[in-house]
Amino acid sequence: MARRASLGDRLYRGESGINFVGRRRTWFIISGILVLISLAALGFRGLNLGVEFQGGAVFSVPNATCSIEGAREATSQTTGEEAIVTETGAGIIRVQTPPVDAAQSQEISRVLADTCGVAATDISVQVVGPTWGAEITSKGIQALIVFLVLVTIFLAIYFEWRFAVAALVALVHDIVLTVGIYAITGLPVTPATLIGFLTILGYSLYDTVVVFDKVKEDTKGITAQSVLSYPEAANRSVNQVLVRSINTTITSLLPVLAIIIVGAGLLGAGTLLDLAVALAVGMFVGVYSSLFIATPVAVLLKMRQPDIKALDTRVAARRSGAGKRAAESQEAAAAAVGVVDSAATGTALGAAERQQPKRQPRSKRGKK
Amino acid sequence: MPPANRSSRTGSQTHPGRLLLIMALITAALAVWAFWPGQDNAVRLGLDLRGGTQVILQPKAVQEGATITDDQLAQTVAIIRQRVDGVVVAEAEVTVQGSGEGAAIIVSVPDVSQERLVELVGRTALLDFRPVWSIYGPAPESLDDTANPAPAPTGDDTATSAQIVQAADNTPEYQAEVAALDCLDPINQAGGSPDDPELWLGTCDKDGAAKYSLQPAFIEGTNVTDAVAQLPQQGVGGWVVSLTFDSEGARALATASQELYALPDCAPGGASPCNAFAIVLDGVVVSAPRFNEPIIGGQAQIEGDFTATEAQDLANVLSYGALPVTLDVVEVTSVSPTVGSDQLRAGLIAGAIGALLIVLFLLFYYRVLGVVAVLSLVIAGGLAYMSFVALGKTVGFTLTLAGVAGAIVSIGITADSFIIYYERIRDALREGKTMRQAAEVGWTATRRTLLAADFVTLLAAIVLYIISVGNVKGFAFTLGLITLIDIFVAFLFTYPLTVLVCRSAWMQKATWLTGLRVKGSGRDGGGDAVADDRTTVGVES
Repeated sequence: MARRASLGDRLYRGESGINFVGRRRTWFIISGILVLISLAALGFRGLNLGVEFQGGAVFSVPNATCSIEGAREATSQTTGEEAIVTETGAGIIRVQTPPVDAAQSQEISRVLADTCGVAATDISVQVVGPTWGAEITSKGIQALIVFLVLVTIFLAIYFEWRFAVAALVALVHDIVLTVGIYAITGLPVTPATLIGFLTILGYSLYDTVVVFDKVKEDTKGITAQSVLSYPEAANRSVNQVLVRSINTTITSLLPVLAIIIVGAGLLGAGTLLDLAVALAVGMFVGVYSSLFIATPVAVLLKMRQPDIKALDTRVAARRSGAGKRAAESQEAAAAAVGVVDSAATGTALGAAERQQPKRQPRSKRGKK
Repeated sequence: MPPANRSSRTGSQTHPGRLLLIMALITAALAVWAFWPGQDNAVRLGLDLRGGTQVILQPKAVQEGATITDDQLAQTVAIIRQRVDGVVVAEAEVTVQGSGEGAAIIVSVPDVSQERLVELVGRTALLDFRPVWSIYGPAPESLDDTANPAPAPTGDDTATSAQIVQAADNTPEYQAEVAALDCLDPINQAGGSPDDPELWLGTCDKDGAAKYSLQPAFIEGTNVTDAVAQLPQQGVGGWVVSLTFDSEGARALATASQELYALPDCAPGGASPCNAFAIVLDGVVVSAPRFNEPIIGGQAQIEGDFTATEAQDLANVLSYGALPVTLDVVEVTSVSPTVGSDQLRAGLIAGAIGALLIVLFLLFYYRVLGVVAVLSLVIAGGLAYMSFVALGKTVGFTLTLAGVAGAIVSIGITADSFIIYYERIRDALREGKTMRQAAEVGWTATRRTLLAADFVTLLAAIVLYIISVGNVKGFAFTLGLITLIDIFVAFLFTYPLTVLVCRSAWMQKATWLTGLRVKGSGRDGGGDAVADDRTTVGVES
């Protein structure tokens, strides 16, 4: 590792990296396909809504000695309706029934306690009225809309409307993909999932804000020069925060993965696990979208802005004029990076000097 | 690296020591608040972590289109609390979320089976006014002669709520049952058994001071249009409660008062019937005043040696006692204590593993600065814990499973503050800044990003907290709290400590320990890294 610059350095200088902005068509197509798959899954398969959203009762019997069939039969005889019985790991038998009243649920608890050889007090019970789920959902959606409106206003003031729109596009993208993953995998959607989901929205936006902030900082006064086009500058910014994004994602995912592993091992299905799965899914999607969707969309919108458009034309004209038509795009970007750095110090470099970009600017860099 | 130009280089705009001192003061203050001796100094755990039963009720107006006021909600909560407290030994928790039609009343009780609780809290409370037939001492009378030793009418062992005796007529059986009623039992003073106003009623005083046999109601609570506590006009005596009745109530009151006024006063073992009427709320007698005069105009005044509070309570009961509210049980959750503690344990293990992994990662990636980061995490964790304890004491904050998850998740979000900061320092180093400069320059860039990003999270937390119901609310609260802590720790701890570390002489030597290694040589004493061509600003990774 001695002489070779690390990945972080190369990303910083734009020597290597992912062309987030330039290859936006690719990312948009990928995301478009994923969104379509998600929507299709939602349409055809629907979501596996938990008991909280449909109304019903769930009895969790720990350390059950009975078989699944035994529990099902005992419950069905009590209610006269079919019960869904599953084993959730750690020896917990989970019995789900349609809505019952208090007396019935007491009776079911007693029957299950007898059948499965546990004390009735050890059985966890959850009874949910059918309207409550609708209530939670409508409140959730209400909260979501209010939040989106407020956050859009904030982003429009803090950045500008184009960035706000791009952040929203990324957010909707995250919502659709996360919902799609739940539809495809059939993971249960519970209020805990909803909580996780809402966190994800915050998290995804947080991530987008961090990336946008870097782009905003780096493109300040960009129209004053004519060497680096807006998309190139934005792309470099995204690559510079890439290490941050990766590290943050790792630190955020570590505890969530710990919950999933511990939760699955010790508890079986439950609030904690539902929440963690939602978070893990959302974090991946959130980081992906803030890098691959939000910024390219923002750039796309920015490129329609007259002064940015003029800048990009200017840059293109300059490049073709210098006879660098055949240049690899990466090299061009790298060259441009060097130049803009120097430009910032007030030393404008001619086109000829761009032939050796990798040394020159770096040596200058220290002499601010 | 001589520290000669330290002052000139970084200037003295930043006073890391001062910031750290503020942080220490805040931490100390919070610690005192949280751990003040003689109080409960543990985090209050939610029901899903310690076991128990939770019932969520939604109030619905009885009349179509009627609205539910905050006072009515408060009264409903008071009635539910009274019922629950009569039965449950351990602390019960009754809270309201939201207001009006969308309100949810959440009753959490440890260690009570769900059907008992549902039965207890789900009933509608009724208010009625009944002429007193006779008053007895609170203890059950041992029945001497009648061959009716069977005590309880609706008897039973579970005794979920107050026993009351009702009959269509004042029969000997009814009298015997009333006699057998035990008003010394707190359950029978708690109410919760709605009485049928058409029938005779044998029940207890709410303080267990007496037992009453009451005739069918002459006025129902819905006939009361207003009740206020006030000091008497003449200024003599204690507080009084003034009542206004609607026309139906006024007529009934006029008739009843004329009849009752003529009767002798009530006394234990005294005449039956006697001159008093009982205000019965939720099945128990709240007050039993006598008539000083016939009341014709629909305006009455209840006198007594009331304190201001007593008078206000009674006025509240009379105003809202007959709740125009029915309670729908929308969710019942009961978690066995074993499952609850299992959940807690799993949450803690997951948190510990997650934290450990993050510590390893930060130390591996950022070395010395990683130590600062880990310390910041520890401080943030400590602040969060103390806030939980302090808020548990003051606003009844309870930590639920969703809250635990929120806390675990926020470890990552907290860590992000350092990561943004350190990556910015790195960027500054790459631009040729010294370690000292980089710590400052990096912070300037980080600060803005952090505030913007945390603001978004805070916004989410606040919106969720205001709008949502149930568990989501608890989660939002935890998220918001921890975001605030994150900002505090980043500004008052991570930043100044990082600056101090970066100023230290050995950090300038750029050993592998720094985690932000600057390779190459040729750096002059103290300041600018005037690099030759071979110098790269490198990063260990």
